[in-house]
This record gives sequence, C-alpha cells and structure tokens, in this order.
Amino acid sequence: MKARSDLPQGALDLLILKIVALGAIHGYGIAQRLQQVSHDVVQVPQGSLYPALHRLENRGFLAADWQDTETGREAKFYRLTRKGRAQFDAEAASWQRLTEAVGLVLRLSTGGAE
Amino acid sequence: MRWLQRLLNRNRLEEQLDEELRFHIDRHVAELIAGGVPPTEARRRARLAIGGPEQVKESCRDARGTLWLENLWHDFRYGLRTLGQRRIFTSAAVLTLALGIGASTAIFSAVNRILIESLPYPDSRRIVAIWDARADGKRNFGTFAAFRGIQDRNQTLEAIAVTRPWQPTLTGNGEAERLEGQSVSADYLRVLGVAPVLGRDFTSDDDRLNGPRVAILSTSVWRQRFAGDPAVIGRQILLDNASYTVIGVMPPTFENVVAREAEVWRPLQYDPAIRPNSREWGHHLRTLARLRPGQTLARTGEDLEGIRRALSQTYSSGLPPRFQVLRLQDDLTSAIKPSLIAVLGAVLLVLAIACVNVTNLMLARGSQRKGEFAMRAALGAGRMRLIRQVLAENLLVALLGGAVGIASALAGVRILSVVAPRVLLLGGAVQVDSTALVFAIGATGIAGLLFGFVPAWHISGGDLLASIHQRSRSAIGSHQRTRRVLVVAEVAMALVLLVSAGLLLRSLQRLFAIDPGFDSSHLLTMQVQLSGRRFNQPELTNQFFTQVAEAVRHVPGVKAAGLTSQLPLSGDVDEYGVQLEPVPGRTTKGGYSSYRYAIMPGYLETLGITLRRGRLLDARDTASAPPSALVSESLARSAFGGQDPVGQRIRVGPASFTVVGVVGDVKQTSLAASQAEAVYVPSEQWLAFADHTMSLVVRAHGDAAKLAAPVKRAVSSVDANQPIVRVATMDSLLAQTASERRFALILFEAFAVAALMLAAIGVYGVLAGNVAERTREIGIRAALGATRADILAVVIRQGVTLAGIGAAIGVGGAAAVSRLLGGLLFGISPLDPITFAVVIALLVTVTAVASWIPAWRAVRVDPSITLRAE
Repeated sequence: MKARSDLPQGALDLLILKIVALGAIHGYGIAQRLQQVSHDVVQVPQGSLYPALHRLENRGFLAADWQDTETGREAKFYRLTRKGRAQFDAEAASWQRLTEAVGLVLRLSTGGAE
Repeated sequence: MRWLQRLLNRNRLEEQLDEELRFHIDRHVAELIAGGVPPTEARRRARLAIGGPEQVKESCRDARGTLWLENLWHDFRYGLRTLGQRRIFTSAAVLTLALGIGASTAIFSAVNRILIESLPYPDSRRIVAIWDARADGKRNFGTFAAFRGIQDRNQTLEAIAVTRPWQPTLTGNGEAERLEGQSVSADYLRVLGVAPVLGRDFTSDDDRLNGPRVAILSTSVWRQRFAGDPAVIGRQILLDNASYTVIGVMPPTFENVVAREAEVWRPLQYDPAIRPNSREWGHHLRTLARLRPGQTLARTGEDLEGIRRALSQTYSSGLPPRFQVLRLQDDLTSAIKPSLIAVLGAVLLVLAIACVNVTNLMLARGSQRKGEFAMRAALGAGRMRLIRQVLAENLLVALLGGAVGIASALAGVRILSVVAPRVLLLGGAVQVDSTALVFAIGATGIAGLLFGFVPAWHISGGDLLASIHQRSRSAIGSHQRTRRVLVVAEVAMALVLLVSAGLLLRSLQRLFAIDPGFDSSHLLTMQVQLSGRRFNQPELTNQFFTQVAEAVRHVPGVKAAGLTSQLPLSGDVDEYGVQLEPVPGRTTKGGYSSYRYAIMPGYLETLGITLRRGRLLDARDTASAPPSALVSESLARSAFGGQDPVGQRIRVGPASFTVVGVVGDVKQTSLAASQAEAVYVPSEQWLAFADHTMSLVVRAHGDAAKLAAPVKRAVSSVDANQPIVRVATMDSLLAQTASERRFALILFEAFAVAALMLAAIGVYGVLAGNVAERTREIGIRAALGATRADILAVVIRQGVTLAGIGAAIGVGGAAAVSRLLGGLLFGISPLDPITFAVVIALLVTVTAVASWIPAWRAVRVDPSITLRAE
C-alpha cells in the first residue's frame, strides 16, 4: 500500500540524503530529525520512509550497517556513499534552481498586480 | 551481481527488515510512554503512524527490486498447486484452449506456407508470370512468337522462359513408366534461380531447332530409376522411344511450383524463325520471367506494352490486346486465396470462442475464490499483487493449453496433408514450421493475457472487505454481467460459423444434385498412352485402340467400354473454335469455343450420353467415310439457333464435318461449370488419328473399382509397352471436382460443431453459477408457491434470452461474413433464409437443452434447507 506524501516528488529522497549526510543514523532517527528540523512542517508518513530508504540503498546512494545504539540494542544505520554525495549535490543544486525560479515567477506576478 | 545476491540472501534480508521495523516501533512506543501515554495506546499509535507493518514491508520488498521474481516463482508454484487441486476445471480449460490453439496453428501452418511465405527461390519477389490478356478479360497462355519478341527487345528482364507440359514414357530400364515433365526454353531454371546439383543446366545451344536430345532428371527419378548413380550424366535414356542424353540432375530440395509433378525436363527446341500460322503462334506456353534488380511490375508492364506495339507493326494477328504481368506468387495463389482465408477466419473464430470460454471458466472460479482473495488483501497483498497472482495462474493454464495445442497441431497437419485437396495446398506437405510455432506461442500468450486480465480485474476489484464478511452482491452482479456478455459473444461467433457451414453444406448438396450429363455410377476410367514411332501410321494407332476396346469388353464384369481423347471431369481441357461453313444466304459469325472429343465407337453409349436428334457415331465413320460430327445441345442452340443442325456443315479447327446428330450436354471441367458447347468427332477422322493419348471408360456390372486390375491386364495384353495412367472411378473424379468445397465444408462443420458445443457449455456455466448464487431467492420463490414449471421457465428463459441476443448479433455478423465465402458457395445466396432459420433454431434448441440441467437443479432446491442455511 502506498502512503501519500505531502512532499513533492523527489523531495523526500533529497531530505533523507541531507539528514544522512550529517552522520550515520537509523530510520527512526531520520523520522524524528525530519520532524524537528522542519518544525513539524514536513510530515513524513512513516510508511513511505522505509521504502524510500531501501530504494536509496539499492541504488547505491546509501550504505547501511548494523551498529549498537545508546540503549545497547542493534539498529540499522545508514551512511551516505560517495555516489550518494554526488547525487545529493546534483539534486540539491537543481532544487535550488527550481525554488529560486519559482520564487522569481511568484514575485514577478505580485509586482505586476501592484 | 548485487541483484542476485539480494535474491539469494532473501532470508537474511527479511530478518533485517523485520528487526529494523521492530526497532522503529519499539523506540516510538518507548518515547510515547515516556511522554505519558499508556502502553497499550502507545503501541496502537506507533503502529498506526507507520501505516501497517506488513504493508510497509511489502513496499520495502518492492524497493529491493527482486520481489517480482520471487513473487513470480511463488505465484507459479501456488498456481500449480491450485490447478492440481481442481483437475476437472484445469483439464476443461486446458483442453478448450488446446483445441483453439491446435486447430488454428495447424490451419495457419497450411495457409502461411501458401499465402505468406515466399516461393522457395532466391529473390523470389522478382519472378513474374506473363500472360496474354484477352479482350473478354480472361487470360490466355502465351505464344512462342511473343516470347521471342520480348526476349530480344526487353529492357527490364534479367531472364525470360516459356514452358509446356511434356509426358514422356520412360522405357528400357524396368517397367514402362509415364513421367510428368516439361519442355522448357533455355533459361527456365535461371528464371527460377536454381541449378542442377549434378551436371549442367540447359544452354541456348541445347534449345534450338533440331538441337541435341538432352534431358535433366529430378532427384527422385534419378534415385528410383538409376539408383542415384552419379555416372548417369552423359548416359542415354529412352523417352518416348527416342534416345536422350542425361545432362543434369536437379537438387532434392527443388520445388517446381509451376509443375510440381514434373520429373524430367528437355529443351523446347522451337523454330526461332517465326512463320505465320505456325505452332509458334499457338497459345499454349506458360511464360515466366525474372525482373532485373530494382525493376517494378509497372515498369515491366510498360516495357512489354512497348514491345507489343513494336511487334504488331510486323505481325498482323496473334498478339494479345495487352500482356498481363503479375508476381508468380500471386499467380499461383490468387485462385485459392479466398478459400484459405475463409478457413483461416473460421479457425480464428474457434480460437476466439475457446478463449472466451476459458475466460468464463476463470470468472466462475474467481467468484468462488472471492473469500480467499479478500483474506489475502487483508494480510497485506496489494491490488497489483493480486492481479499478478491471478495472471500467473491463468498464464499457466495458457501455457499448458498452448503446449497441448502445439502437440495436437503437429498431429493435425499430418491429417491436413492427407485430407486437404492437392489444389488447395499447391501439392506440398504441410509442416508446423518456426513461423507457425511463433504464431502458436503468440496466440497462447495473447490468450493468456486476455483471459488473465478480465478475471484478475474482477477478483481484485469490488469491496474486498465486505467479501470477508459475506459475498458481496455488487461484485457478484458485475461478474455475472461480464460472463453474460461473454456468452452472448460466444453464441454470436458460433452462429457465424454455423451459418457458414450450413451454406457450404447446402452448396454442396446443390452441386451434387446437378446432372453431369451422363451416368457416373459403375464407371471406371483410365488413360492409355501410345508412344513409339510405329504409331505414326494411323492404321496402327486405330488398330491398337480398337483391340484395346475389344479386349476390355471381354473382361468378365464389363458391360460396355469406349475411348475418348478427352474425359469429362478429369481435368482435361481441349477446346477448339467451331464455325459454321459459309453457305449462300447466311453470313458466318465468329467461332464458338467448344470442347472437342475425338471418340471411338461405343464411348457415348458407355457413358450414357443421350442422343437428342439424328444418330450417334459408329463403326461406319471410318477414316475413308465422309467426316461426320455430333454437336452438344448447347452448341446446337448457340450456333444454329432454332434451326436443325443435322445435315449442316461445320469447321472444327482445321477440319470440316457434317453434323449427323445432337447429344445432351456434359459437364467437362466441373459440376459448377456452365460452359457445355461440345463437338464429337470420330478419332479416325481427326487429322489421321492425331490423338495418341486416349481415355478408356468402362461400365461395370458391379463395383467399378474392382475391375481396375483385370482391365489393366487386358490393355497390357494388347501391348505391354504402353503405359496406363490415371486409373480412377468416375465417382471419385466427380467428388474431386468439388474437393475444395468439400474440404472447406469438412473444416467448417468441425469448427461449427466445436463452436456450438463451447457456446452451449458457456450458457450452461453461466446459468449453473447463477442458479447456485440464487439458491436462496429460488427457495423463497418456491416457499411462496412458485411451481416447478415456473422455476424451470425462469432459468431456461434466461438461457434462451442470452442465446437470442447472441443469435441476433450473430445474424448480422454472419450476413456480413457469408459474402466472403462467395466463391465457395454454389447456387445459393449468402443470405439464404432457410440456412439462417435452421441454424438459429438449432442454436436456440441446443442452448435450451444446455439450460435444462441448471434449471432442473433449481427446481430441486428445497426451500426449507436453503432458507435455514443462511
């Protein structure tokens, strides 16, 4: 069953890559971090988080290994690979360009109304 | 390969996935509890937040990229198990499908070879046939004069050749044997693009007037008569008592599509100096040519037209109004194309009906499995996953059906090769080749997807949750609707086939009701051919044939015997122009194309051809007597109008005769033929007994076939060196003239019966399912006082309604399709109301009978039990 995400297509992958880029982290951590950092604006349905993680891992952008957590229980930690880094840079740049462009257009239309 | 690793590490990956999600939920729960949420509520919220652990797992597996393969494997294993559990269902579906695929593959193999595949020659698209077009739209054989003109002047042809049949008798090396052969101009084999495997091809040096007697043999003659000895090259053989030098042997694979039976070839050796009114102007040659690379039919046509105009400057007559150029492939297949396409269409209908029927079976089973699928959906299977599962199961049925189908096609083509008339298959054997296999596999795949998707869609649709609790009314309703639509389609297609079969049956009845003009029963026929130079004396020829007739008349069981140059319904066609001799006061109109029979005394009496006026030909009409002839009623009517032909003078080709009698019309080429202008002349009076090939007709007291051996012995007793060929009873010749129609009828009948049965099964299936689902309703009706007759009527009416709607649609389809049968029909309209009425009645009756069983089951519903059951 596919949960619907409020994020635009591809945005979830970008956010995951960013968070993982800050250091090895497990799935639950990513979910929490997403919520905190975005001040609860970004609500990631957890049902789509894990499929996204597995997809990124399969495509070689993320690597995973099992490490002990602070509670002593083992968890699956994700790291960014070199390929993932390059992917993130490319995606982030394209995202920037897009948002800037969209912003420009929006300002333009506001200016025109004045 | 990481992909493969993932597949192999499946179990470990599953454990890790489990652990990862459990970790997530546990942490979430722990955090919620720390935040003051009670443990049970915390656990519920955590599971809700992640959105159902099983569904998430399935999505993760999907992301892994190997899921489809694992699932495929699972689906097939599961499918095999479920199919194994339901043997009756499985075998019904597989056999139905096998019938459709087997029959269509077998027919496709036959049709493909003739209509689609190219001829077995290199660059065969460049080989064309050239005919002389006639003013009346028909076409004529080519002339040597035109051939020479084209050969010398054309710009567009690589090679051109002419050929005529030649039937030499091979002697001096075992039993005398008449061979089929061809006299060919030098480039014949080069036009086809084949060369002898042993020895050499003909050259222009061989093909000249009074050139060397040389011959090329087929592999089979070479093997049978010369033990496959390579030293045969250069050897002398006796053909028609003349010595020929063997110069070549054709490859065993050589298929001679123009004359498939030909076993020996010699150069034509006509006189290149074209004289007026010589045989070089006779229309008796088949002309073949090979286009130069890059040339088109249109450009060649223009080229030939230019040549024709140029030639007409020199020659005043003999050239056609134009030449007709067409690809050899089209030339060979144009006559049989409609029959083959009709048969192919019919078998594809059977395939479609089979698919529809299997789809119906699948749907019926699907509704029984509603609960199972609802349960699987609840356990985390996605909609696509369920569709894939059903598809896999149904593809499995398709694969089994396809395998059995191909196996039966292999057997089917053997039967086809035997029962199909030679004209229809162009004389070759049918084989399931790679193209046909591709067709079969393609048909299997398409069928599988077709009847996979419909049930898959139905099973995965509808309110699955509701199905867990009870059978969903709405879902069942849509099931039933689809199945009804399918049954209607089935009935409609079956009706099209039944009407076609009915029309063919009535055509054949009409055809055999036609009087051939003679009594065909108890008649034995055979051809006796004279060869050898001594028979250049007409007295010896006459003596031989007279003795043959006398010897045969003495065979016990023989009632009468006679000889003719041309035998009705045997494939012989010998036509001459008949003209009235000019007399004062009457202008001569053009000639009447008539069949010419050179006969010996006793022939007309043996066949039972009726005398209408005057007298028959008899022993009086010797070589020295005044030339006398008989005309057929048709010729008398068209040539003499109301006048009495007896006593009138006519010209038949080069000779003049006095008409002494009128006889009844005889069917010469086939029962369906209408042309019956004919002239009978005494053999002795025809160009000094020029016919050296005569057909013997023998009327027997009893079984004609049993006389074959003693009659042959009697002929051989006169001269053992003269071969006897074409031994057949007249009844079998008669049947052969209708062989194409009869074959089409047999196939259509078989297909129609299969279609009718499948349609009946379809109706039965829908009604049985319907009755099972409506048990409760029927119980209530019975409880409320409905009689058995009421309930019977309800169910049967449903079946007959379905059949009626199907029949109505089918009538429209049949009316559109039956026109395509056109050429196969005889003496009957494609919209023959009797055929349509009988077929509709048959179809409705059969469906009513098929409805009876479920109706009877409905009647036996015990209200007290059904009402308590739910």
